[in-house]
Amino acid sequence: MAARKKPKLAVWKFASCDGCQLSLLDCEDELLEVAGVIEIANFPEASRAVKRGPYDISLVEGSITTPHDAMRIQKVRRMSKLLITIGACATGGGIQALRNFKDIKDFVSIVYARPDYIETLTKSTPIDDHVFVDCELRGCPINKYQLLEVISALLNDRKPNIPKYSVCMECKQKGNVCVMVSKGIPCLGPVTQVGCDALCPSYQRGCFGCFGPMETPNTISMSERFGELGIKADDIIRTYRTYNSYSESFRRESEAYER
Amino acid sequence: MNSNLNANKDLHIVRREDLPQLFNILIKDGHQIVGPTLRDGAIVLDVLEGVAELPLGWTDEQDKARYRLVKRKDEALFGYSCGPQTWKKFLFPPDHILFKADKTRHGWRIDAGENAPPKFAFLGMRACDIHALTELDKVFIAGEYQDSAYLERRENIFIISINCSVVGNNCFCTSMGSGPGAASGYDLALTEIIDGDLHYYLIEVGSEKGEEVLGEIKHRTASQEEIRKGNELLTAAAQAISLKVDTEKLPKILKKSVEHPRWKEIASRCLTCGNCTMVCPTCFCSTVQDYTDLRGSQASRLRKWDSCFNIEYSYIHGGSVRYSSEARYRQWMMHKFASWIDQFGSFGCVGCGRCITWCPAGIDVTEELRFFCQNPLLDTTAKSA
Ligand code: SF4
Ligand code: SF4
Ligand code: SF4
Ligand code: SF4
Repeated sequence: MAARKKPKLAVWKFASCDGCQLSLLDCEDELLEVAGVIEIANFPEASRAVKRGPYDISLVEGSITTPHDAMRIQKVRRMSKLLITIGACATGGGIQALRNFKDIKDFVSIVYARPDYIETLTKSTPIDDHVFVDCELRGCPINKYQLLEVISALLNDRKPNIPKYSVCMECKQKGNVCVMVSKGIPCLGPVTQVGCDALCPSYQRGCFGCFGPMETPNTISMSERFGELGIKADDIIRTYRTYNSYSESFRRESEAYER
Repeated sequence: MNSNLNANKDLHIVRREDLPQLFNILIKDGHQIVGPTLRDGAIVLDVLEGVAELPLGWTDEQDKARYRLVKRKDEALFGYSCGPQTWKKFLFPPDHILFKADKTRHGWRIDAGENAPPKFAFLGMRACDIHALTELDKVFIAGEYQDSAYLERRENIFIISINCSVVGNNCFCTSMGSGPGAASGYDLALTEIIDGDLHYYLIEVGSEKGEEVLGEIKHRTASQEEIRKGNELLTAAAQAISLKVDTEKLPKILKKSVEHPRWKEIASRCLTCGNCTMVCPTCFCSTVQDYTDLRGSQASRLRKWDSCFNIEYSYIHGGSVRYSSEARYRQWMMHKFASWIDQFGSFGCVGCGRCITWCPAGIDVTEELRFFCQNPLLDTTAKSA
């Protein structure tokens, strides 16, 4: 281990808010340690010094929304041994994928004074629609401990502990009282992937689904339950259309209620 | 099943106002008292300092996927049925570090040293909970290899059970032979009686330790009338349980139902969320996770609750052997009501009803069991279904 060369890390940004890569800076205490074991070779948010590729690990934030970015992600893939997507934009298309349900031209003409200057794709798509992804970290934003866990696992040649089951598993293990059963609050926990430590239910709120669909999401049954709790079709659509609206199962479910 | 107080034993009375003495003596004896208390709209289990923390005057309403606290008309301390949590979390914690290791110049230094667990007193265990403890004992300590972490916690527990006078809508202990009264497995068993202005506990002694503790509390021998009242409450509780499962042929029927079309139907409702296994007092599955720090100079091994509803649970060489939801629900039900018998000689379900109340999809295990019993697969169709 000691004799091994420090792996080179690069951080890439596509269409996103920067929140996820900032979680790396948010590691504060651990950041120095990260810098001690990894060569941060390309991370514009942290340092202007840029080392050329190839890179051992690339963290990719953001979704693909422009023709230019669709080309750029191919280059990033070619330069990266391991490509890890971080956050809902990169793993599911992000909040900007809400446009996928409408006609992009309508937005462009309202938002920009000179729509003819705007070059954009009709859809915001996740990174794995474009290139092979080795590992993904969900969340809006990601959980910094999951990021450290993946890096630490890679450095130590072990399997990262990033489970894909429901939020409920963590919620119950924390000893929370289920908000849906005890208060009738709609909660996406049963169809959402764990990783946030059941943050919202721990504060008596229903899960918003930041971490996207869990491994085998039964959204049909979930929506039926919401219906029994008195949630109207329009609100069921909105429930699935937040940070992960374009993730396969959430997308299908919201579209089913649109008809 | 027990819906009668033990006629062969002396029964005692402790008045409500003398109950704090029980706390005092147990705490003085070095016990950490764990019992029911109100939190976030439910009756949960936590460490208690005194009687004041018990859910005085509260009860619960339970239904499929529904739980609500409701005020009682009296000041009962134990006037509700079982809540979302189970006692297993104190004996088999959801996250348990098995060992830590530090890299030194002379190799790895293993630190298995755990602080000694507290000496627990469990106050308010129900008959079904005691039966569940018996099942966990079989899993963790009865076999050839004993789980030291469980054993250490289990050995010194002082158990004060509460015979149920209030039953929940989802209770079916009478079908599983596990309630509503506890026949054994306790140090002291309490039946709470509120009779006009009188508020007292009818007490059965279950062990020498129980006898000693009772000796330190103000008490007297129970009268025939008081015993009759206690019996009346228990009988009424047993009669109030309406959920029924015919367990006699259940294991056989289930084992013949492997290809039953009903599994698919259940799977269309099941969210594979795992809640039923998390709230079940007998589910004992765990996974083991290894952690390291960034430098690889520290490592730890964690044991964490797992569930047969998780894909990775059945991951064997390249894939999960129970990928479909129906396979996972079937595993759960088969384990509880069929293969547990092969493994441990009893049902793996004690009829507490938690999985019915806390299943977000409102799946009622007794309804499904009745369906299999009433619509068995004929042997000849077993293959083609
Ligand atoms: S509160 Fe939400 S996440 Fe927690 S157990 Fe209930 S449904 Fe699952
Ligand atoms: S299977 Fe359900 S009813 Fe049976 S012991 Fe477990 S939680 Fe209770
Ligand atoms: S039902 Fe599932 S989680 Fe529970 S003990 Fe059996 S295999 Fe384990
Ligand atoms: S039976 Fe209910 S609690 Fe259990 S996994 Fe299915 S939906 Fe979740």
